[in-house]
Amino acid sequence: MPPAPRTVSHQGPASGAQAAGGPVLSIAGLTIRLGADAIVEDLSLDVRAGEMLGLVGESGCGKSVTALSIMRLLAEPPMRVAAGAIGFGGQDLLALPEDRLRRIRGNDIAMIFQEPMTSLNPVYTVGDQIAEALLLHRDLSRRAALAEAETLLARVGIPAPRGALGRYPHQMSGGQRQRVMIAMALACGPKLLVADEPTTALDVTVQAQILDLLDDLRRETGMAVVLITHDLGVVAQYCDRVAVMYGGRIVEEAPAARLFEQPRHRYTEALLRTIPAANPPGADLPAIPGSVPQPGQRPPGCAFHPRCPAALPRCSAEAPEITAPPHRFACWNPAQ
Amino acid sequence: MSLLELRNLSKTYPGAGGSTVQAVADVSLTIAPGEVLGVVGESGCGKSTLGRTLLRLTEPSGGQILFDGQDITGLRGAGLKAVRRNLQVIFQDPFGALNPRHTVGQIVAEPLLVQGIGSRATRAARVAELLQIVGLPEGAARRYPHEFSGGQRQRIAIARALALEPKLIVADEAVSALDVSVQSQIINLIAGLRRRLGLAILFISHDLSVIRHVSDRIAVMYLGRIVEIGPAEAIISAPRHPYTQALLSAIPRAGVSRADRIVLKGDLPDPSNPPPGCAFHTRCPKVMDICRQRRPELAGARHASACHLPEAQP
Repeated sequence: MPPAPRTVSHQGPASGAQAAGGPVLSIAGLTIRLGADAIVEDLSLDVRAGEMLGLVGESGCGKSVTALSIMRLLAEPPMRVAAGAIGFGGQDLLALPEDRLRRIRGNDIAMIFQEPMTSLNPVYTVGDQIAEALLLHRDLSRRAALAEAETLLARVGIPAPRGALGRYPHQMSGGQRQRVMIAMALACGPKLLVADEPTTALDVTVQAQILDLLDDLRRETGMAVVLITHDLGVVAQYCDRVAVMYGGRIVEEAPAARLFEQPRHRYTEALLRTIPAANPPGADLPAIPGSVPQPGQRPPGCAFHPRCPAALPRCSAEAPEITAPPHRFACWNPAQ
Repeated sequence: MSLLELRNLSKTYPGAGGSTVQAVADVSLTIAPGEVLGVVGESGCGKSTLGRTLLRLTEPSGGQILFDGQDITGLRGAGLKAVRRNLQVIFQDPFGALNPRHTVGQIVAEPLLVQGIGSRATRAARVAELLQIVGLPEGAARRYPHEFSGGQRQRIAIARALALEPKLIVADEAVSALDVSVQSQIINLIAGLRRRLGLAILFISHDLSVIRHVSDRIAVMYLGRIVEIGPAEAIISAPRHPYTQALLSAIPRAGVSRADRIVLKGDLPDPSNPPPGCAFHTRCPKVMDICRQRRPELAGARHASACHLPEAQP
C-alpha cells in the first residue's frame, strides 16, 4: 500500500509527445499574495507535453491557488499575483488581456475540480453542456457538436453515450459526472489539463477508473496533466514527476521514482514515513509534531523548521534556495 | 463475553417515490472489551448508519443491540442515558461537532454535566486531566474551538468522548478530514488511549490502509451488508471476497502495473434498488449464474465471507 520503492518501472511520458521539445507550461518565480501574506512564494515549475506531474501537499500549502493562477482564475482581489510569469505557448499568461485568455481557457488549457457537481449546470443536460463547450471554441453546427459530444462521452467510458446526452447531472453518479467533466475538458483538445483533486470525492474503486482514464488520455493525446492531490499513493502510482509543496513553496521536485526512493527534503521524508501503509500494523506511527501552518502564520526561514527533526539554527533564519533539476530540493540539512 | 453484540441489525429509510433504502441489512457482529473492529466500505455501504444505529442515535428497524449483556434496542429515558455513559462517538468533522460559542472547557465538561457528575471544581479538574491525556495544553480549556487547528479540534472531540470513561467509542471517519502529517498523530493518540484505557473501538473508515493499521478485526461492507469479516491480518493478506480483493487492489501505490490490479467496472448500485442475489454481482469480475439469483450467506467462524465462489469458502 505504501508509496514505497517502486519495483516496476514506469512507462514514462507518452512517446512522441516529447518531440515537441520545451515545456508546455513554464512557471517562473510566481508569488501570489493575499493582502500582505504570501500564499505562494517564488514558485517555479515546468510541465512537459504528455507528462503527468503531481503537485502534492497538505491543506493551505498553496497547490490549488497555484492551479487557479495558471487558468488566471484567482479571486482577484483579494488575491493578486505579486511577481512571476506563467509561460504557455510562447506567451506570458499573466500579461494577456481577458479576451485572449478566454480563448486559451477551455481551448488550450482545461481544468477539472474535485466536485464535478459544482462545475456542471444542474438545469442543462450533459449533452447540451458539452456541445456548448464545443460551440464556444469551434465552428460547428449544433448537430455536429452533439455528435462530437457523444463521441467524447464514449471516449471517457460513459456507457450508452447517446442516451447519456439527454441526462441531467443529478441523474449521474459522482464518477460519471467526473467523466463528463473530463469529456468537456477534452472537447477542444487541450495541451494542458489541470486536475485539482479530481478523485478526492470519489470512492476508491471509482478513483482507480478515473485515474486510469486520465493516464490513458494523456498517453494517447500527448496532453500534459498537472495532477493536484494530497494523496502520495496516487502520485506514486500515476505521476512521472512530483513537486511537493509546503508553506507556499515547492520544497522538493524530482522524477517520481527518485522522490519516493530518495527523498531529500525533511518534510517529504517525514511525510513518506508517517503514513500508515509504510508502517507495520499497530505500530506507533512516526508522527510529525505540530500542525500545517496556514498562510499568514507561516514561520520565517524554512516553513517546516518548527516541525522538523533535523532543523539547524539557520533553518529558522533563512529560507533555503531550491537546488537545480532534475532533483530539486530546498533544505539546509537534507536527508542523505 | 462480548462487550457489544449486534444480532441481525437492520435500518431502512424511506426513499424516493415510496421505495425503501436498506441502509443496514441483517448485520450481526461482536466486539470484545478492548478490541478495535474496523468497518470499511464505500459510500452508501451503510457503515456510518451502522455506527449511528448501534449508538441509538437513530432507531433500528429490526434486530437487537446488546451492550454488556443488556438488550439496549428498546431502551429509553433514564435507561438509555445510563448506557450512553459507556457508548461515545467521534465524528469526521471536529468543527461541526463542537459548539463554537462554548469554550473547550465547557465542551469537554458537558457530558459530565449532562450525567450530573461531580461538582464544578471536580469537573474542572477532570477537564484538565482529559486535556492532558489528549495532548492539549492546560490553557486550552479557556479558549474556543476556532482557535485550534483541525487536529487539535479532533483532540478536543476525543477528550469529550473520554469524559465519562466509556467502554466503547465509535470513531466515524475520525481521521479522514485531517492532513496526512496530522493524521498519524491522531491515529497514535487513539491507539495509545485504547491500550491505556482498555477502550473498545468501532473504527469506521473508507480508507483501508488506516483500517488495516488500527484494527484487530475488520468488517467489509457493501450495500448495507457485511460481505467479509475476520482478523485484520487475514482480511489483508488472504481476502476471500472479490469485493475485498478489489478494495485492496484499488489503493493507489507505487510499483503496481495495471495488469496486476483489479479495477472494478461501473459504479456502486443505487442503495434503494440493490441488485438481486449477491448485491456485488453487477461489478464482480468472477460472477457466476447463482450470484444473480441467490444471496450468499456469511459463512465461516473467525474469518467469514458471503460469496458463492468455491475459493471463498472457509
